[in-house]
Amino acid sequence: MAESASSPLEDHSHHEEQSFWSRYVFSTDHKMIAMQYMFTGMLMALIGGFFAYVFRMQLAFPGAEVPLYGIVSPNEYNALVTNHGAIMIFWVAMPVLIAAFGNYLIPLMLGCDDMVFPRINRLSYQIFLLSVVVLGISFFVPGGGFGGAWTAYPPLSASAEYSLTPWGSSLWLLAVALEFVAFLLGGINFITTAMNARAPGMKMYDIPMVVWMIVVASILFMLSVGPLVAGAVMLLFDQNLGTTFYDPKNNGDPVLWQHLFWFFGHPEVYVVLLPAVGIVAEIITVFARKKLFAYKSVLYTVFATGVLSFTVWAHHQFIAGIDPRMANVFTVTTLLISIPLAEMMFIYIATLYGGSISLTTPMLWALSFLAAFLIGGVTGIFLGASGVDIYVHDTYFVLAHFHYTFFPIAIIGAFAGITYWFPKMFGRMMSERLGKIHFWFTAVPFNLIFLPLFLLGLAGQHRRISDFTMFPDLATEELQALRVFATTALLVMLAFQPVFLFNLFWSMFRGEPAGKNPWKANTLEWTAESPPPHGNWPELPRVYRGPYEYGTPGRETDYWPQDQPG
Amino acid sequence: MIEYLIPSASTYAGSIDELFTLVLVLVGTWFFLCEGVLFWMIFRFRRRAGVASEYITGDEKSQHRWILLPHMLVLVFDIFIVVGAVIVWYDVKQNLPPAEATVRVVGQQWAWTFIHPGLDGRQGTADDIETVNELHVQVGTLYHYQLESKDVLHNFSVPVFRLKQDAIPGRVITGWFEPTRTGEWDIQCAEICGIGHGLMGARIYIETPDQHAAWMSRSGETSVLAAVVPAARN
Repeated sequence: MAESASSPLEDHSHHEEQSFWSRYVFSTDHKMIAMQYMFTGMLMALIGGFFAYVFRMQLAFPGAEVPLYGIVSPNEYNALVTNHGAIMIFWVAMPVLIAAFGNYLIPLMLGCDDMVFPRINRLSYQIFLLSVVVLGISFFVPGGGFGGAWTAYPPLSASAEYSLTPWGSSLWLLAVALEFVAFLLGGINFITTAMNARAPGMKMYDIPMVVWMIVVASILFMLSVGPLVAGAVMLLFDQNLGTTFYDPKNNGDPVLWQHLFWFFGHPEVYVVLLPAVGIVAEIITVFARKKLFAYKSVLYTVFATGVLSFTVWAHHQFIAGIDPRMANVFTVTTLLISIPLAEMMFIYIATLYGGSISLTTPMLWALSFLAAFLIGGVTGIFLGASGVDIYVHDTYFVLAHFHYTFFPIAIIGAFAGITYWFPKMFGRMMSERLGKIHFWFTAVPFNLIFLPLFLLGLAGQHRRISDFTMFPDLATEELQALRVFATTALLVMLAFQPVFLFNLFWSMFRGEPAGKNPWKANTLEWTAESPPPHGNWPELPRVYRGPYEYGTPGRETDYWPQDQPG
Repeated sequence: MIEYLIPSASTYAGSIDELFTLVLVLVGTWFFLCEGVLFWMIFRFRRRAGVASEYITGDEKSQHRWILLPHMLVLVFDIFIVVGAVIVWYDVKQNLPPAEATVRVVGQQWAWTFIHPGLDGRQGTADDIETVNELHVQVGTLYHYQLESKDVLHNFSVPVFRLKQDAIPGRVITGWFEPTRTGEWDIQCAEICGIGHGLMGARIYIETPDQHAAWMSRSGETSVLAAVVPAARN
């Protein structure tokens, strides 16, 4: 980030000329911390994607040597799927969507010079980086990486005798626990900053939707993660100190972990979903030149989703041995939560009505988010309906369902956000041509990967099996053809990801200069220089109106920035 | 539509498939409606020179009803799905009709042990038949299963029955099924249970009363021997 030496804010103690180390490594600047989170998250996405490549190859060609990897043994397969899931959620979706966009956007969209607690912010990233290192080490210890699924159900995860990964399990769990600590620290910052550091004149209903979403997501995270941190410590004790919290042989209960895990695990879905739908709200309003339809209703749907998300966790456990009567309660709450989310979808579609839509790369990503997430949403109804879940539980139907939620969230949402805010982050434009090639060769193969998996799931294919030859009903030629098809689509998708990386790094240095506001958007970040200097503005902005005043009648321009008086 | 992908072989498989189809029709309607409107909007409201976007707040009643109406409809559809789901769930999982026979199912890393009642039709007697990775049942008979685990979580899954239930160490979970057609199909472990999870397949043999009786007398002999030999050693 360029330091503006002539800034009138240079009297602020933390805005003096910085050395390389204090600027890039030990920075307290929210934008630099956002970049650290974003690039670490992208690196982890490459690792998680590579894992997916390896195990999809094993599924398509069982026992064959996978290029760049080798033979996949059953315990390696388990470790690969476990860590693919854990990495994509904890080390990609969380750092990119919450931490990177939260850190980058909250101060810039609220019109302040930094987070309220910049040093806590720095500590948050450092702990996150430590969790990455611990996770990395866990792959190379004796016994190999943890392979008990990202849900880590005991007794399998609690005892090396069962898991055969004495070091891997504990290091994996420690890495996850550290990651939670990092995001707790980040969450404190996001909530406090949004509540206390808004620009003068910015009322609660003038806050851009993405900031609201990240704040609500942080609240959900902080309320739900406590029980799981406690549960994780108990599991670490069971693994290493001989306690028996989850050990049925000594009056423990393994199902306790499932409750603690999913009490966090289900709100966690909304923790990563909300920032993504926030990003989509910013993008569709700008590129449809439309005011967000019913701003307050969107906010209410977010709050309703947040509250309800704490009441649905046991739909993951319908057939896990809970009292069968409980399933009825959780079926009702689970179907109820479809209502605010459906309403949010209706509102986003309604926002397009009467618009003037330009299909730029970020807009394509945002619209494809809506189209794809809808599939994730409606297929969730099958799983929430307890009667259907008896059959589809733990099949590829579930897997395809949650990839239709998490892929739009973590991949499409992140690409939407990065392509939209890239001009602000680096002061240059990305190539539209490369952006569109990358979009089509990601979005289309994505569907071709996961649509066949719905069919495989309905045919009875269960999860986390490296080779289906032990199951004659599943080892048929037709089903194998579907597996090969899905893997081929994945290979196509992966082959086009370097296009994005090239576009990203080439545009960073060679792209067209962007200027302050290339998209003609209203929110405050577009009034700062691109990229914004340390401290963001020479003089902090004042806010006169809401963030979505596009196409206001009686004005010459079709946008009306929040900081313009009048 | 599940029955096109996998046969159905229990009394409740049909109702689970029907519930699936009901949900498919209801959410499918919303899916095509939403995608249709979304794509129509994208093409209808493309940027054109000289045409400005409209200013719609969405806060007026006349505008908001476009959201309110589908909102109410979703609620109605949800009620249908909840009712269907609860009826099927009650039938399969909550209700326990009286058994004509009982099998014990024991999961361990990484095999299934099935303890069948012998010719006397009762569990816990000397002529019980114990098999590994082979479950023999008689068509048209209502079975209770008593599910246990010796070590970690497993999941007793019989796709042709549409039956799935976690096995939890330290507990005996009882459920039921009634086979409706003869044949031989997969039994899976559907809960990750360690390195050998992918090896934990078994087969279910659904037999006519004659076949089943023949199997019992065949295995009964070996099983009785097995029961007698340790007794003789005492």
